[in-house]
Amino acid sequence: MRKLLVYLKDYRKETILAPLFKMLEATFELFVPLVMAAVIDQGIGNGNVSYVLRMGGVLVLLGVIGLVCSITAQYFSAKAAVGVSTKLKHALFAHIQGLSYTEIDTLGTATMITRMTSDVNQVQSGVNMVLRLFLRSPFIVFGAMVMAFTIDVKAALIFVVTIPALSVVVFGIMMWTMPLFKKVQAGLDSVLGATRENLTGARVIRAFNKEQEEIEAFEQKNSALAHMQLFVGKISALTNPVTYIIINVATVVLLYTGAVRVDEGTITQGEVVALVNYMSQILIELVKLANLIITITKALACANRIQSVFEIRSGMEWKQKVTETAAGQHSKRQADETSPDEQRPEGDEVVFDHVCLTYAGAGAESLTDLNFRVKKGQTVGIIGGTGSGKTSLVNMIPRFYDATKGHVRIKGRDVREYGMEELREMIGIVPQKAVLFQGTVRENMQWGKNNATDAEIWQAIETAQAKEFVEQKDGRLDAAIAQTGRNLSGGQRQRLTIARALVGRPEILILDDSASALDYATDAALRQAIRNMEGDMTVFIVSQRASSIQHADQIIVLDDGEMAGIGIHEELLERCEVYQEIYYSQYPKKEVRS
Amino acid sequence: MAKSENSGGQRGTLRKVLRYIRKYWVYLALSIMMAALTVTLTLYLPILTGRVIDLIIDKGRVDFDGVFAILQQMAVVIGITAVAQWVMNICNNKMTYRIVQDIRDEAFKRIEILPLKYIDGHSYGEVVSRVIADVDQFADGLLMGFTQFFTGVITILGTLGFMLSVNVGITGVVVLITPLSFVVAAFIARKTFVMFRAQSETRGEQTALIEEMIGNQKVVQAFSHEDEALEEFDEINDRLGKCSLKAIFYSSITNPSTRFVNNLVYAGVAVTGAVFAIKGGISVGQLSCFLTYANQYTKPFNEISGVVTELQNALACAARIFELIEEEPQIPDREGAAVLTDVEGRVDLQHVEFSYVPDRKLITDFNLSVRPGQRVAIVGPTGCGKTTVINLLMRFYDVQSGRICVDGADIRDVTRSSLRDHYGMVLQETWLKSGTIRDNIVMGKPEATEGEIIAAAKASHAHSFIKRLPQGYDTVIGEDGGSLSQGQKQLLCITRVMLCLPPMLILDEATSSIDTRTEIRIQKAFATMMQGRTSFIVAHRLSTIREADVILVMKDGNIIEQGNHETLLTQGGFYATLYQSQFAG
Repeated sequence: MRKLLVYLKDYRKETILAPLFKMLEATFELFVPLVMAAVIDQGIGNGNVSYVLRMGGVLVLLGVIGLVCSITAQYFSAKAAVGVSTKLKHALFAHIQGLSYTEIDTLGTATMITRMTSDVNQVQSGVNMVLRLFLRSPFIVFGAMVMAFTIDVKAALIFVVTIPALSVVVFGIMMWTMPLFKKVQAGLDSVLGATRENLTGARVIRAFNKEQEEIEAFEQKNSALAHMQLFVGKISALTNPVTYIIINVATVVLLYTGAVRVDEGTITQGEVVALVNYMSQILIELVKLANLIITITKALACANRIQSVFEIRSGMEWKQKVTETAAGQHSKRQADETSPDEQRPEGDEVVFDHVCLTYAGAGAESLTDLNFRVKKGQTVGIIGGTGSGKTSLVNMIPRFYDATKGHVRIKGRDVREYGMEELREMIGIVPQKAVLFQGTVRENMQWGKNNATDAEIWQAIETAQAKEFVEQKDGRLDAAIAQTGRNLSGGQRQRLTIARALVGRPEILILDDSASALDYATDAALRQAIRNMEGDMTVFIVSQRASSIQHADQIIVLDDGEMAGIGIHEELLERCEVYQEIYYSQYPKKEVRS
Repeated sequence: MAKSENSGGQRGTLRKVLRYIRKYWVYLALSIMMAALTVTLTLYLPILTGRVIDLIIDKGRVDFDGVFAILQQMAVVIGITAVAQWVMNICNNKMTYRIVQDIRDEAFKRIEILPLKYIDGHSYGEVVSRVIADVDQFADGLLMGFTQFFTGVITILGTLGFMLSVNVGITGVVVLITPLSFVVAAFIARKTFVMFRAQSETRGEQTALIEEMIGNQKVVQAFSHEDEALEEFDEINDRLGKCSLKAIFYSSITNPSTRFVNNLVYAGVAVTGAVFAIKGGISVGQLSCFLTYANQYTKPFNEISGVVTELQNALACAARIFELIEEEPQIPDREGAAVLTDVEGRVDLQHVEFSYVPDRKLITDFNLSVRPGQRVAIVGPTGCGKTTVINLLMRFYDVQSGRICVDGADIRDVTRSSLRDHYGMVLQETWLKSGTIRDNIVMGKPEATEGEIIAAAKASHAHSFIKRLPQGYDTVIGEDGGSLSQGQKQLLCITRVMLCLPPMLILDEATSSIDTRTEIRIQKAFATMMQGRTSFIVAHRLSTIREADVILVMKDGNIIEQGNHETLLTQGGFYATLYQSQFAG
């Protein structure tokens, strides 16, 4: 929370002026009962009509000043609140973008989206309310008491007793019910969960004839919720009557004391009226304050959640981008220092050197001791069962995750020695989940390379086997793509994500199961086109289909995070048991023979 | 015309709302009585205060006997008011929460019998929000709004009455100045409406961008697109900042402005009251009473203007809820529908026609006869109607013409539950309920023993991963499987069917998320499971259906080829092309 206050600093002027003007407004409000007392004692007492009119003018004037002060305060507080939330959102967006995959995995994107939207909004209204009301209400409460003292000390003592009593009741009930409201919320969540579950699982529930049981379970949850609500309701139902009693009993006592004091001649009749008025002002403000505290508690909770996002530091340090020559020297030095014995045959593009990976919070390694070399221009197939670590492996090449042991080297340099952009611009990756962004086809393609020309884009699209359908689209490269690309079919989306990676002419291309929605023929044509591309592109293909990788220069077979085999198709089919199993599960022996 | 229809709809909704309230009419009556009592006494109290003040005139001129008598009255009034207020609150709570509970129960019951067509055709979020958010809003808005409206009206009328009984002139001042606050509030609301719309549009734009960029953070990073994204974000963010400032500031003028009008009323009362007092028209006590009223009188007005929109909103919510509750349920089981028992597994589809949308034919004249124990595989490109066949077999949807028979009985003549009891189903979308692993496995056979459960899990190769979970079979999984992988969820769904082993099976892409090795093992388990059971298998993966007795090749809702693997290959038709493409490249 404290760190978030930094953002208020830029609005120091506003954060001071807003409450100040609010207090001014409150001060003028506190004068009103005194003016009234004067009207009663001087005006009515002496039968002085012109005095009454003058005092009426004073009342209007107080109102005008109050209005001006209050509007000024509203402006400053709105400015500070909006300013803070704007800066906060910017900082949060930038911060989240700087997090590495590990932190994204732990946080979850859904959480981050809520932090950026509803949480920041809550903070905004919290700041706004605090600046406007947090000082005003206590000020009026205590101001009323002080004013009472100026009228009569003995009568004012009633205030001294009443205010704490009221506070105890109002805040006590609030403290009591707040945790209970949390329980109510939990109950509501469970009712919501049950409803959602019965919609998503309608088929299964009906297939197993579970409707009646589900209804009973729901009714139970629902009635538990109602019970909880009623219980909390009973407690909060006390607030109004109890405060009513306190404030009015205090008024009764005040009237009696007033009667005694007037009889003694210490105070006047008008002053009694003023005292009664102060008493009722207190009640109104205390209720406002209680509501305010609820808003503040919510805003604080949101602020803390936002703060916790800021506290997550990226677990990855990136080198500043180094110049070509410096990089060369650096890497040479690096090679000299860390592994002087290592022999590095020319043309080694990607090297995994005893690489292990353990995900944050995981109990066991997801990749264990991976060791292989890939030459420039080679095509590498990676195959293995679900959860065998295929995606983890390729994610280490662009350094989405850091090796927990061992080294990943590209062109002889540890990936940790590269600047982020330098490394990632070298690599084109097609993730498993085919996502496009709102905009035109061209804009999406330019993700791979800023300012890519239409010719370059068309070439990439053609290689990705997407030319045919892009040409049929209205506007072709200007055709609109909806959020996540949902106006395209799965196969079209996949081909465009492949094209996007190709536009930048990467030196290393990673296809992470990116052809799963393509039929076998298109898949084959795609691989053919990629092979025919100019330049010595090194290609990694992750797939579950044996046919997609069987012609690769090297096939890495993964099994439970370990390399079960490496080699070309024929070799593996000969001696790698896991590969045989996978292959024959897709091509039963008799078919292959025939 | 449209307007009158609309109000008729509102009246209709109101009538339905009253139906729910009727059950709690005692509370309602009590609440109304208590509200009236509370308001009257609350208004009476300032009068008593005024009388006391009139008895406290000056030094030595205090009528203590009178003061005491009135103070005692005041104490009684205060006590009664507090109790009445409390009873009213309790009644309102009871009414509100019970009605909410009733409506939710009813909505949920309806969901369980809605035709799948409705559930498939509506987004889950929308239906959930009807059951949760709309019901809450309805309760808050309608019942709270109602009490506020009611007490507000009584307060206004009561205040007017009391004020008139004391002095007509001052009352006139109050009545004349008060409407000013409406005018001011309405003016500001009209002006700010545009700003709020601009704000919410820009906010929507920003949320969309956040969802897109943060939701796909990994892709953004993979393409080093962070700077561009931030730039785009900042542009919207700045625009939003400007819109918000305007909207927030201008709308926040409302409060000070109405307060200012209040102050004007107060000043007006003070001046006219004092003048009347000087002329001897009223006493000081009555003036103090008037001042209290002047403060109270404007408040309900400000509230009521809000309440009307709230009430309308509540009615709109109620209408949405009733729309769900009154949605046509699925056709109930026929009167005296037979209960299927000892099913052999003969399934016949005769001249079946079906489509989801009336003008787009999907399945036409579909004929199929399956002998008990046969394996039927359904293949074809996406959208060809494979899943639809399952919808029809399970009677999630009814055929439009023709008929489907199990063991010779039209499935519309038997109870749904007995029909579904005889099918075991594993669907493409794995669905698990929140609860323990065990709860999920025993769905079809709640009385299963530990041994049976483990045997089933072993048969489906789920045992080894379940064993490794923190609490084994008692591990609680969240909504829709929570932390389990897609493959693990699918294994659990298979285990579920393994446990109860009904005579007919439906497997829809049952192993799509499982790697081919595990799949082979499961296939073996399936093979045992399918022994002597009629099974329908839908799969994109040709290897999983090669061993079927009958392969149905579907395209555009029709069966274009039918036969076993060998005959279809030699036929050289659509199936053959589909199959060959596996070896291309």
